[in-house]
Amino acid sequence: MRDWFPENVSTFGGDVDGIFWFIFYIVTVWFFLTEGLIVYFMVRYRRKAGQKATYALGNTWTQLAWVLVPLAIVVVLDLFIDIRGADVWAKVKGQRPPADVTVRGVGKQFNWEFIYPGPDGKLGNEDDLSSDNELHVPVGKVVHVILTSKDVIHSFFLPHFRLKQDAVPGRQIPVWFEATKIGAYEIPCAELCGFGHSGMNGKLFVHSPADFEKWLQEKGAAK
Amino acid sequence: MTVEAQNRDGREQGHHELSFVRRYIFSTDHKVIAKQYLTLALFWALIGAATAYLIRWQIGHPDTEALGWGFIEPQVYNALVTMHGTIMVFFVAMPLLLSALGNFLIPLMIGAKDMAFPKLNALSLWIFFLASVVLFTSFFVPGGAAAAGWTGYPPLSAKNEYTGGGYGMDLWLLSLALEFASFLLGGINFLTTTMNMRAPGLTWFRLPIMVWMQLTAALIFMLSVGPTIAGAILLLMDRNLGTTFYLPDGGGDPLLWQHLFWFFGHPEVYVLLLPGVGVMLEVITVFARKPVFAYRPIIYATIVAGFLSFIVWAHHQYISGMDPRLAMPFSITTIIISVPFALVIFSIIATLWGSSMSFPTPMMFALGTLGVFIFGGLTGIFNGSAPVDIYIHDTYFVVAHFHYTLFSNVFFGGFAGIYFWFPKMFGRMMNESLGKIHFWLTFAFFNAVFIPMHLVGLRGMMRRISNPLQYEFLKPIEPLNMFITLMAILLILSQAVFVINFFWSMVRGAVAANNPWHANTLEWTTSSPPPHDNFATIPVVHRWPYDYSLPDSSSDWTPQDQSDEALRAATR
Repeated sequence: MRDWFPENVSTFGGDVDGIFWFIFYIVTVWFFLTEGLIVYFMVRYRRKAGQKATYALGNTWTQLAWVLVPLAIVVVLDLFIDIRGADVWAKVKGQRPPADVTVRGVGKQFNWEFIYPGPDGKLGNEDDLSSDNELHVPVGKVVHVILTSKDVIHSFFLPHFRLKQDAVPGRQIPVWFEATKIGAYEIPCAELCGFGHSGMNGKLFVHSPADFEKWLQEKGAAK
Repeated sequence: MTVEAQNRDGREQGHHELSFVRRYIFSTDHKVIAKQYLTLALFWALIGAATAYLIRWQIGHPDTEALGWGFIEPQVYNALVTMHGTIMVFFVAMPLLLSALGNFLIPLMIGAKDMAFPKLNALSLWIFFLASVVLFTSFFVPGGAAAAGWTGYPPLSAKNEYTGGGYGMDLWLLSLALEFASFLLGGINFLTTTMNMRAPGLTWFRLPIMVWMQLTAALIFMLSVGPTIAGAILLLMDRNLGTTFYLPDGGGDPLLWQHLFWFFGHPEVYVLLLPGVGVMLEVITVFARKPVFAYRPIIYATIVAGFLSFIVWAHHQYISGMDPRLAMPFSITTIIISVPFALVIFSIIATLWGSSMSFPTPMMFALGTLGVFIFGGLTGIFNGSAPVDIYIHDTYFVVAHFHYTLFSNVFFGGFAGIYFWFPKMFGRMMNESLGKIHFWLTFAFFNAVFIPMHLVGLRGMMRRISNPLQYEFLKPIEPLNMFITLMAILLILSQAVFVINFFWSMVRGAVAANNPWHANTLEWTTSSPPPHDNFATIPVVHRWPYDYSLPDSSSDWTPQDQSDEALRAATR
């Protein structure tokens, strides 16, 4: 089933998937235990002539232990899941590693606009370069995308990178990722954003650093 | 009021005959009101199913003509998605589980003649009816029904230029505000009635768990809905009066709505769940002939879960742009809420241990609720974990998850309740063979729809997109989507078995005895259906509701109104 997920091409995607599988194994065991018991009891304790049910109230500690001991295990596993999850959350959404490339990502009905700093290396001035619905990044470099929106809430979703972040008008929300594989990927919008929501789908190109520089220069020359 | 005074009033009221209109339409009898809610809920369930059919058609066969409808425009698709959620949560689940079952059962289970405020009860029904009319009308206004999702996130919901819709959105807000008002009035009635009108001897810890669940649900609803009503009014003002509470151009913040909405929205999930859990426990104890295991811990756990439900709301917003440092506290509370629910589930399983089970239709649906709900609870752990949510948020994994939790309690639980209390409601039994067929078809097709839907979600397919073929990475799963669509259509069609059984049994079903299931609770001590004032004499309660298979008794059930002396006399 691991192949079922879209191929992971980010440095932290494996950690996100790792938590998924960690939880998957825990709940699979619980699933078969609980459902198995129910089915077993349905067969074992079906009504038979002359056989009365046990009058058990669960009002003594000895009886309640049958519920409380599994419950204690649930609490311990919950804590495990949270502690392991906290690390991954911090890695993806907490402190970001320093950026090699910073891009502004603007959601609008119904595509993405990506703005790169021009020759001066700074965002937010005249020489900025704009790329319509295409995000180009170098492989093996830390990319920051500062997300915002012009109209409604969109959601910047990189399924192959296990990354998702809403782009909210009036807010600048930074996310980061580092691609591990050259290729072309998709940037669907994951939040209902109007009649064009379905099909709001940007393209993400991961280049070698040299190709990326080339693309950036061509972009600058075209302007 | 003393018992004698209540009985005297009952006799007096029994004398004058009410006109048809007062009796069946503008009635103040809680049983009639409950049936009216049931009728409305079943009507809306049909509309909800129709929207589900069109949504599934579009996903399974994008941009082809849906059978019996035609092409589904993207704008219409968004309206369908919005209305499906709104209808199923607010116009099916709540009226069915709370208003219909709660209204019918609370007075009967506590040995009261009616609700504390019968006229208020009628008022809440008619406000709900008005809300229904408004919502139904919104389908036909220019621009169509609301299309901003059932969560109505602004700015999309705040300006018509963003949705392309018209005042369908205003009607949507208005109908929800009316609906909330109706359920507030209903909740006041539930609480007041149970606090003040319990039969003599019926202490709090002799109440059936169903009543506890209804009360907790009503209380959670009343405490949480306020901020959302305020939020809805702010949104109406943004739309019509030029305010900018949610619009950043004027200094507002879209996230404000999300907090106001989910502060109510998550407790609301438990409002829908708890009555289903109540049905499950009542039905399972009766057909297992065994007392509920850990009665008090279950009640305490329910109250704890109710409390926790107020501090988990932001798990809907991990990736919304709120401060990422808030995610872990909410992740912890969310995953901790699995503990009280695990206690309830373990206790139900422990109730099955050492029991003596028979499997008529209500029991099948109750066990179905249990089995399906466990699955939904377990997949909730994935969503509750903030890092996993980064990937699965707003995908079909979430859709599949909440259908497992809500469909289980609303439909499996609702059906268990209807099959179980139908004899008390209508004085006739439902057909057992049709019931079994209905159960197996529903169970099989439900799982055939929603297990694959988890896989679709894990592939990354987003909610609320109308055409997955527009995405390269989703193309491989189109066969799976077609399969889900086929199964969903079969799931909807198999509900015809229920509809036929329901109406046929109402007229032709075998006449029901007062207590066909040999159950202990008070509603079974009166006639089927009960008279206008429920009880010829108000019962006196001597025990809790779950004295099944008492060791010294020759019978395997002991009604709540049977005294110890009577029990000893019967055993001797």
